[in-house]
Formats: sequence, structure tokens, C-alpha cells
Amino acid sequence: MTTRLFLASILAAGLLLALPGWTAAQARDGQPAVETIVEKTNCVAYYQGKDGRALVSMVISDAQGRTRQRQFTILRWDDEPAAAPPDSVCGEQKYYVYFHRPADVRRTVFLVWKHVAKDDDRWLYLPALDLVKRIAASDERTSFVGSHFFYEDVSGRSIAEDTHELVQTTDHYYVLRNVPKNPESVEFVAFTMWVHRQSFLPVRVVYYDRQGEPYRVYEALKVDRIQGYPTVTQARMRDQRLGGETVITYERVQYNLGLPESLFSERYLRHPPREYLR
Amino acid sequence: MLGITAFIALLLMAGGIAAQAPPLPPGREGLPVEPALPPGLGSPAGPQKATAPLRPALPFVLAGFGEARLGLRTQEDPHEKDVSLGEVRVQVQLEKAWERVTARLSSDFLFDAVLDRHAVDLEAGEGAVDLREAHLLLRPVAFLDVKVGRQILTWGTGDLVFINDLFPKDFNALFLGRDPEYLKAPSDALKLSLFTPVVNLDVVYTPRFDPDRFLDGRRLSFFNPQLGRRAGRDAVMQVDRPAAWFVDSELAWRVYRTVAGYELALYGYRGFWKSPVGFDPATARATFPPLAVYGASVRGAVAGGIGYLEVGYYDSEDDRRGDDPLVPNRELRLLLGHERELRRNLTVGVQYFLQRMLQHEAFRRTLPPGSPDPGAYRHLLTVRLTQLLWQQTLRLSLFAFYSPSDADAYLRPRAHYALNDHWSVELGANLFVGAKAHTFFGQLSDNSNLYAGVRYSF
Repeated sequence: MTTRLFLASILAAGLLLALPGWTAAQARDGQPAVETIVEKTNCVAYYQGKDGRALVSMVISDAQGRTRQRQFTILRWDDEPAAAPPDSVCGEQKYYVYFHRPADVRRTVFLVWKHVAKDDDRWLYLPALDLVKRIAASDERTSFVGSHFFYEDVSGRSIAEDTHELVQTTDHYYVLRNVPKNPESVEFVAFTMWVHRQSFLPVRVVYYDRQGEPYRVYEALKVDRIQGYPTVTQARMRDQRLGGETVITYERVQYNLGLPESLFSERYLRHPPREYLR
Repeated sequence: MLGITAFIALLLMAGGIAAQAPPLPPGREGLPVEPALPPGLGSPAGPQKATAPLRPALPFVLAGFGEARLGLRTQEDPHEKDVSLGEVRVQVQLEKAWERVTARLSSDFLFDAVLDRHAVDLEAGEGAVDLREAHLLLRPVAFLDVKVGRQILTWGTGDLVFINDLFPKDFNALFLGRDPEYLKAPSDALKLSLFTPVVNLDVVYTPRFDPDRFLDGRRLSFFNPQLGRRAGRDAVMQVDRPAAWFVDSELAWRVYRTVAGYELALYGYRGFWKSPVGFDPATARATFPPLAVYGASVRGAVAGGIGYLEVGYYDSEDDRRGDDPLVPNRELRLLLGHERELRRNLTVGVQYFLQRMLQHEAFRRTLPPGSPDPGAYRHLLTVRLTQLLWQQTLRLSLFAFYSPSDADAYLRPRAHYALNDHWSVELGANLFVGAKAHTFFGQLSDNSNLYAGVRYSF
């Protein structure tokens, strides 16, 4: 029954963020309730289009400026039909992540069945061993593939984990302040989101530590309109504690490919669906 | 010049973060600072830009790595060289995909300074060429995948412990400190995978028996029951391998489906013991007696992690009564495992493995005088700890086996560091501890070793 808040999300930003129309979610007259904004941001972000694909590149820079690259194709499939209205409770999802780079993880596949009410199911396919490994659910605030993005940035943070306050409405943004209900489980005391009013895209997210200092910042750097859906095609996460930043770029973004659900199974871990990975 | 540019960029970056939202008391952070709209928001979005190709314009995919490895024994072994590992290896992978067919070739070219013979034996994986994969992957109809040729095969749930996975393994590679991928040796086989809405079925037919790359004494010393002591290069094991095409074949199958996130599987195997555990006094050679295995497994989310259970019945067809001391008895095997993340970036896996000899009484009665009795039950506990550090570029791991019934242990500490997207280095050890000369790990105690490796991946 949980819905998930879109937070500087890789998948959401790259694949899922989409609106039926550019101005469909306009709310200039009359202030929407904070819950409405939060839910709309989340639901619209994660469940538009019945599936999606993107070629994702990450450039990870460390504090010394040394860079590493990750490149992978993400396929997403939604359990809910595409016609689900944005306000509905969104259903389960499946993700297929096929790695192209770096060379030592080429052909590795990461499969996730994302559940709304329990831990996700995750598998990893290691091609050199032909091994389908089941992986334990991890702390959501663990780095995703060594980048500055966390798993939680990838798969979404449950709305129920934070309290939300609409602190300001500007010409362009709703400014939301979010405070974790269980502060021990996370490394921040609050985060602020600038949600674009027309598109419900989060344009900047800033995380604050116990001293009230900002230390982690997400920014959408570029937005493209793809098949009518505004889509973040470049974003950046900076983290002062880790040092450095990760810039993520989405290419070949496509929605509504008609991906079959069966693709998100052991069969396609061992036999990747090349027609969708090119 | 580059250094200065990078430094300025860093300054700007550090300054950038501070400038975006100056420190404010909690509750009022960042309020006055509004981000500019990114390109594409507010203004019309441009078209999606064209993408550079994923790979250089070759008619096929080319990948692989080059690596060098050196390993040294931590103690003297009267039967083996002090250098346990000394090799330079290049792996070349070629892949070409058509609409319904993918062809894949992967071969190692290596120089092994420890071995005295370098003649190429593709079947055994010996010499300067080790052909790892050479297969076609086809989808003739929607519900069928076919993989034919040389391939690596794996199924089952265990972590370095196997029950129903009877595909060939390379224990030399494991114990000497090669990359973990070399634990699996290739099969020359036909694999049919059938997919139906109810269950899926895999059938693997190996027309000629592919044994493990077993310990034979050339690289690792171990207990030789005929000599009643540890032996190595002084008594390299001579074997009779069942090798008649289409007669000495293997058949393995698996039926599986996933129910509510729980993976259920049934397994079967008919072939031979994968390592030479039998003995023929007439030829004085070790043999691979016939074996059939039936088993099952289940795997799924348990207690915040992944739990699994796997069982297998080993039917040693040439010794059903259990009274032939030269052929292994029938066995029951059971594995129970759990893996979970203990804290951020630290994963812990534990396993309990039980091996039960089914006719121990008959075995004991017919055991030649002076031969060690392993007992009816072998218990094995394993722990795997994996810690990721430095943004996951450094991986520290420890895999420990401990058998209370054999009173022996095997420790595998390993540190792997990725310097960048191409270069990685690793350091590790294989440490065997045991009081007795004949137990599974105890027999290997003269082989404890340290190793180091460096790899360039492309």
C-alpha cells in the first residue's frame, strides 16, 4: 500500500518520469495539499508508460578527480496497465539491468522485482560462472554500482518514511521539506526538494546533516521530451562526505516498447534479449 | 596544466555545493535558493541527441583480459614445488549475434611456469590454450533455447558447496588462487531449455563424460589411500576415464519454477562421480564409478536475507550394498544456507552442509585394515564475509570452511582492488588446517599458499 517518493532517482529520472501532457498537472490556482504533490511526484514519476528502456552512462569522479565509467541498459516493466490514473496506488515493477561497461562486468545482469509491501527480490547473473545468484536485500542507502547514487535513489524511497511539508511555492517550484520518521536509519536529518510545478520533476534535492549543513545535492541538468513525456536525460549527484560526484546520462530512451513480463526472468539472465539491449 | 584545471574544477565544485544552499538552522534550509530551470524545462525540449555506438565498429564483440599471477606455498611441501602459481594469461572473447543465433568463443592463452609439460589438451584444459567457451545459442521456437558446444554450466543454490550441480569443477584453480571464475570448468554439451507457463525444464546432455579438473598430485599434494600418506608429484594419480562417445555420456536435468518469489527446483543426474574416487586394483588406476543423483532445492527471502535449502541423494550404482571398499557408498547430502547484509556494504553468508554415508556399517566392515574411516557423517560449516570499501573499489572477503567432524578447516581471505575501469589487483591466501592427513581439507595442509595477481580488462 506504500507509494514511493521520487528522489533524485536514476530510474525515475531516466525512464519513468513522464506526464500524459506537458501541462496536465498544472496547479497554479489553489494550492494542492502537500500529500497530493508528493504522491503525484512519486506516482507520475514511477508509473508513466507501461514500460521503458534507456542506455545509462555514469561518470563517477572521486575527490581527486579520477573518473570511472559505468554503462548499462535498463529495461522496466510495470504491473499496472498504462491507463492507471496518476493518483492511483501504483503497483509492482520489474527491472532488468544489463552492464556494458566496465569490461570486467560486461554481460553481468541485475534483475529486480520491486515490491510495494515487502523487500525487493534481486538476482545477479555472473556470466563467467553461468551463475544466477540471488542477492539479499540491502540497506537502501548503499551505493549503486559504486556511484554517488544510492539504491534508494534508484528504486525510490517510501513516502511513508518521511513527513512532508510544503515550505514554499515559487513561480516554478513547490519546495518540500522532508524529515525522516526514523532518523537512525538514515544519514541525513532532512532533505529539501524543488519540484517543478508544471512537470512535477524534482529539479534539485539537497540533503542536510545533523549540523544543518548541506552535504549531498542532486540536480537535474537536462530535460528532453520523449514520446511526449518530459524526461530527465542528464543529472548529477554530489556528495561532500564521499567527495566527488556522479553524472548520469540517459540515451536511447524509449517508452511503451511492449516488453513482455517474461523477459524479467532467469531465462533472460542466461540468454539476454539482444533486440532490446542494442 | 591538467592538474591546475582539475584543481580549479574541484574548487568550483566544492564551492558550488556550498553556494547552492548556504547553511541554515534546521527547518529553514535552502529556502531562498532557487535552482535555475534546467535546459528542456520551461523552454521547449530539444530532440534527443544521437548516441555514440556502444562498441568500436567491429563486425563482432571483442573483449577479454590479460593477467599475471604468482603464488607461493607458506610452508615446505616435500612433494610439490614452492611456487604454487606462476602464470601469465590472456583471455580473448569473441561474440557475434544474429537474429536467432548468438555465437560465442572464449579462450585463454597462457604460460604456466609451474608445470613441466606444456602440451595442449583441450579436453583437460592443459597447456598453452584453454578453450573456455565455443558455443551457439539458438532460439528455434519461442519456448525453447538451445546451447550447443563448449560451455560453462551452473545451477543449484550453494556457495562453493555443490550438491545437484554436477558440472565439471576445477579444484586446482580454487585451491591455488586463480580467479573464482575458474572454479567452473567447461562442458562439451547440448543444453535444451524448455519454457512453459507451468514449469521450466533444462536438459543437459554431455555425449562424453567431462570430469572435474581434479587434484592429481601435479600441483597439489593430498592423501593417497593406496600409499596411506600424502603424495604429490612423486605419485601422480593415474586414472581410467570413461571416454567412449555416446556411451560414457552424462545426462543432467532440472525442473524449476518460481512461486511467490521462492525458487523451487528438482534435479536429476546420471553419469559418473566427477572426481576419481574409485580404484581398480587390476590396473592400479583410479576410476570414476557410475553415479546417479536426485535432488531438490528451494531459495527465497528469509529473515531479511536469502535462505536456501538443497538436498540430494547420491546413488553410487556400483556399490548399492555399500560393501565395496573401492567404490564410494551411497550418500545423502543436505545444504542449508542464509545470506544477509549485516550492515551497509558488509554481507554475511553462512552454510551448513551434511554428507551422510548411507551404509557406513557395511563400509566399515569391508574397510582394508589400516585405512582411515571418515565416519558416517561429515558436517561442514561455512562463513562468507564480504566488505566493500572505498566506493566499492576495494572488496575484502573471507570464506571459511570448518568441519567439526573432520576437525579441519580451509580459509580463503582475499582483497581485490579496482584501480580504475581496466586495472585491478588482488591479494589472497588459501590456508588449510587439519590434524589428520586424510581428511578433506587436512590432507591439503602442505599446500597453504599466498598469491597475488594483476589484471587488465578490455
